[in-house]
Amino acid sequence: MTESNNKWEYAPSLESTSHIQLKERYDLFIDGKWVKPSDNRYFSSINPATEEKIAEIAWASDADVDLAVKAARKAYTEVWSVMKPSERAKYIFRIARLMQEKARELAVIETLDGGKPIRESRDIDIPLACNHFFYYAGWADKLQDAFPQRNIQSLGVAGQIIPWNFPLLMAAWKIAPALAAGNTVVLKPAESTSLTALKLAEIIEASGLPAGVVNIVTGHGDTGAAIVNHPDIDKIAFTGSTSVGKLIQKAVAGTAKKVSLELGGKSANIVLEDAPIDQAVEGIVNGIFFNQGHVCCAGSRLYVQESIADEVVRKLKQRMESLYLGNPLDKNTDIGAINSKEQLQTIEKYVEIGKKEGADMYQVTCELPAKGFYCRPTIFTNVAQSSVIAQEEIFGPVLTVQTFRTIDEVIQKANNSPYGLAAGVWTDKGSRIFNLTSKLRAGVVWANTYNKFDPASPFGGYKESGFGREGGLHGLEAYLK
Amino acid sequence: MNILKTYKIYIGGQFPRTESGRTYVVKNSSGDPIANVCQSSKKDIRNAVQAARKAFGTWSERSAFNRGQILYRMAEMLDGRKAQFIEELMQQGSSADAAAQEIERSIDRIVYYAGWCDKYQQLLSAVNPVNSSHFNFSVSESTGVVGIVADEASSLIGIISQLMPVIAGGNTAVLIASESLPLCSISFAEVLETSDLPAGVVNILTGSADEMLPTLAEHMDVNALFLSNASKEMVKSTQLAAVDNLKRVLVLNEDWTDESAQGIRFISCFQEIKTTWHPIEQIGGATSTY
Amino acid sequence: MTAQNTPYSTIPTSPTIDKVGVEERVARFQTRSIKGPAKMQGLSMVLSMIDLTTLEGKDTPNKVRQMCYKAQHLHDVQEGLPTVAAVCVYPSMVAVAREALKDSSIKIASVSTAFPSGQAPFEVKKMDTQFAIESGADEIDMVISRGKFFAGEHNFVFDEIAAVKEICGSKRLKVILETGELASLDQVRRASDIAIHAGADFIKTSTGKIQPAATMQVTYTMLMAIRDHFDRTGKMVGMKPAGGISTSKLALHNLVMVKEILGDAWLSNEWFRFGASSLANDVLMQYMKQVTGKYQSVDYFTID
Repeated sequence: MTESNNKWEYAPSLESTSHIQLKERYDLFIDGKWVKPSDNRYFSSINPATEEKIAEIAWASDADVDLAVKAARKAYTEVWSVMKPSERAKYIFRIARLMQEKARELAVIETLDGGKPIRESRDIDIPLACNHFFYYAGWADKLQDAFPQRNIQSLGVAGQIIPWNFPLLMAAWKIAPALAAGNTVVLKPAESTSLTALKLAEIIEASGLPAGVVNIVTGHGDTGAAIVNHPDIDKIAFTGSTSVGKLIQKAVAGTAKKVSLELGGKSANIVLEDAPIDQAVEGIVNGIFFNQGHVCCAGSRLYVQESIADEVVRKLKQRMESLYLGNPLDKNTDIGAINSKEQLQTIEKYVEIGKKEGADMYQVTCELPAKGFYCRPTIFTNVAQSSVIAQEEIFGPVLTVQTFRTIDEVIQKANNSPYGLAAGVWTDKGSRIFNLTSKLRAGVVWANTYNKFDPASPFGGYKESGFGREGGLHGLEAYLK
Repeated sequence: MNILKTYKIYIGGQFPRTESGRTYVVKNSSGDPIANVCQSSKKDIRNAVQAARKAFGTWSERSAFNRGQILYRMAEMLDGRKAQFIEELMQQGSSADAAAQEIERSIDRIVYYAGWCDKYQQLLSAVNPVNSSHFNFSVSESTGVVGIVADEASSLIGIISQLMPVIAGGNTAVLIASESLPLCSISFAEVLETSDLPAGVVNILTGSADEMLPTLAEHMDVNALFLSNASKEMVKSTQLAAVDNLKRVLVLNEDWTDESAQGIRFISCFQEIKTTWHPIEQIGGATSTY
Repeated sequence: MTAQNTPYSTIPTSPTIDKVGVEERVARFQTRSIKGPAKMQGLSMVLSMIDLTTLEGKDTPNKVRQMCYKAQHLHDVQEGLPTVAAVCVYPSMVAVAREALKDSSIKIASVSTAFPSGQAPFEVKKMDTQFAIESGADEIDMVISRGKFFAGEHNFVFDEIAAVKEICGSKRLKVILETGELASLDQVRRASDIAIHAGADFIKTSTGKIQPAATMQVTYTMLMAIRDHFDRTGKMVGMKPAGGISTSKLALHNLVMVKEILGDAWLSNEWFRFGASSLANDVLMQYMKQVTGKYQSVDYFTID
């Protein structure tokens, strides 16, 4: 009989990168062609796990954006808006199928470019992105059935600006409903994660989608601003920070542009004393450490009923110690790299603030890789509602833990925020779930679960978390008159 | 000589004078004074928003059926005071026929929205077939406190048409009445006051929109704004002022006297969609087939 | 005796369990990729944790002797392989196994308490256990009274386990919950807590006679009960999934689960066992694939 305790370590299990095809330099995808940026500027896309350059990306100028908008306008007027809706549907279905066929390659590139664990890009990001196209493809010829009370019409040219946390998935969330509703698109991916959008452009090219229906212009903030300010754009769809969302709102004030904004959050995850406690702990972990906490709806404010607070925190710390942090390409990695150096600095700044505010910090004890941008999963206990770290969006793997006594108290505290994107509720009692879910001012409420997404499920916020919904029938509304 | 009636404003179920103590004289088309009306100020906006926020919880959580009953009661009360409204409409320049038609249409419109109170939810909500073992549904919820700038060219039907979809949807409202045609707004407040509408659900201020709107549009505790047939400048400045807390801003250019200027589309503009997920436990192999 | 002052009443309330959450957690363990040296070490551990089992009405002394031989000689072609942890037989076969295993370090586990149904008078169950021990059993695998459990007589279930443990003395007691009959994970968790507090040295999922048996969801739930008990008292309890684990992959994912929930301390056959009849050969084939680099054929692995 073996008496000694076995130390058992998982060996590295790296996803192969041999099958991916990346160019050294990517141009702009405008009017179905790859176009060099007019002032010949390029910037580098960095692998945040190694700090190595992956590719050079074109930096679109105002003139390039104008070219893209003109292409989109022409495609809208001459082709896409006059095409039979059932034909439009077929193109979108075809894009979905081609994406599925390239799923593994897309997953690896997403992980290389953005730092997220391969498990997440493989099992969550890419399948959801494909499913989103599948879902909306089927709506293209049923729009009038979706809104029988009114005479529906497409908007025209949609300018879409997406963030770096779910690069391909956000591109799918934007492009699929826009196309299904009959609009054409100029999309700008985030500067640190352009690659999968450019791979999507290749897929779109291969799908035979008419030229100009989807245009992908890469670049920095000035490229985004050129889209927002372009006079011939009918619709702006933006996902990103609340501060940039406000800049966009200011820029479009007084114009006829229709806007939908999916912005930041500081979502409350509430655990009551009768909760399924081990699943709640999983939900807390999934809520804040999924995608290194780079999730707009992250459950970053944990509220635990005081009677079980010690137990929950103890179990949470225990669970955190079983998270594997490291090379995002390792199939066993749970926590990958922070998306960029700037974001790492932001997170570290907040961790310092938390310490200064006198909260008790606990960080996972694992080693950090020598290169790359990494942050240990972190929780702060003994936090007050008035602490900065409990109010501001950190967008990293940092959780604040507060206790509460009564349900009324926690409803008030959860709603006590300018944001209103999501919330979590953990309790075994049905009537209590409905009380909480109906009183929490948030666009998505996860009861006894967290961070679930589906193409059929509308997503979006209350208050400063934005307006408009993405996903489901409600998601069509943003792209129709 | 007629005694000029002084119209007060309506805040939190009370009829106070404006904090500013100012009034202005409303004249008819031939230039004769017909009433003294409060020239409300920023402080009145502050008080009205406070009252609207306080009322929001009880109003939005009240049963939809009960909201419908209260709106229908409003229609009954308005019907009972037709004569007064016709007189005011005529004082402000309507012909007798037009005034009679406007009051009838106003009553009809309230009845119409009374009926919507417990129905729009079913049309705006959905059960969503997600690809996992979860029950997922989306419901509509009231946006919150809505600031309304009444159509400057309408005395009664405009107010009704803008106000009813907002409150039928469970929101509370702060309404700035038409500066030139304010009489019916305060008389309508008297109708509201006798219709079992909880205090603070609707608050009505008279005076200059140019003066009060910036305060309302910037107010961090207002969730949405509703402008009707407003000037381009007013729309732009309102949208800019609304950015700080990302108010939803609805700008419409409807002819409210039109029979078709009503519908669920006006309700849905002041609704938020909330999506709820819950796991579905499956045990063993039991299916719906047995 | 009222419920308020029985030993049973000292068991802490069991947490409720959300099954969908458990399924998601288990799916995460199943995405763990075990390669290279980790796989070799894992497979070797699995072999050393097996309770090689025959529990059939048609068991004969010869069948048991053959199985005991296999237990000691898993695959003699390859050096350095461990033996299994134990053989698991009916009480009537314990003496045969004792004779066959002689002074081997392989333990003899005997099922008891009217296995598999447990539907016998308490006295009969005690005699059953007594007989197994006297015949030379090192370990007792008892079944709980599921009928009483469903009738709400949790007290009775508790007392029965405590009484059997008393008979076992220093022999280790595994308590079979028969999770396929308990159906819900909440019931599995409650039964785990009862067994642990009544003195179980191991808790075990199944008899192997009822499907589903040792699903990862069930094992996860029982491991969490062990974890909570350890955190409260500092006392380790062993775990034995039994039934339905016939592939290396599933066995390795079970070990992943043990490692990540309970830690490396549980990764020995003192604290973790697999109850299985056909798992060993699949593990051996995977092991030999790692050694030789070639995919294997069942024809080269003996069945006993």
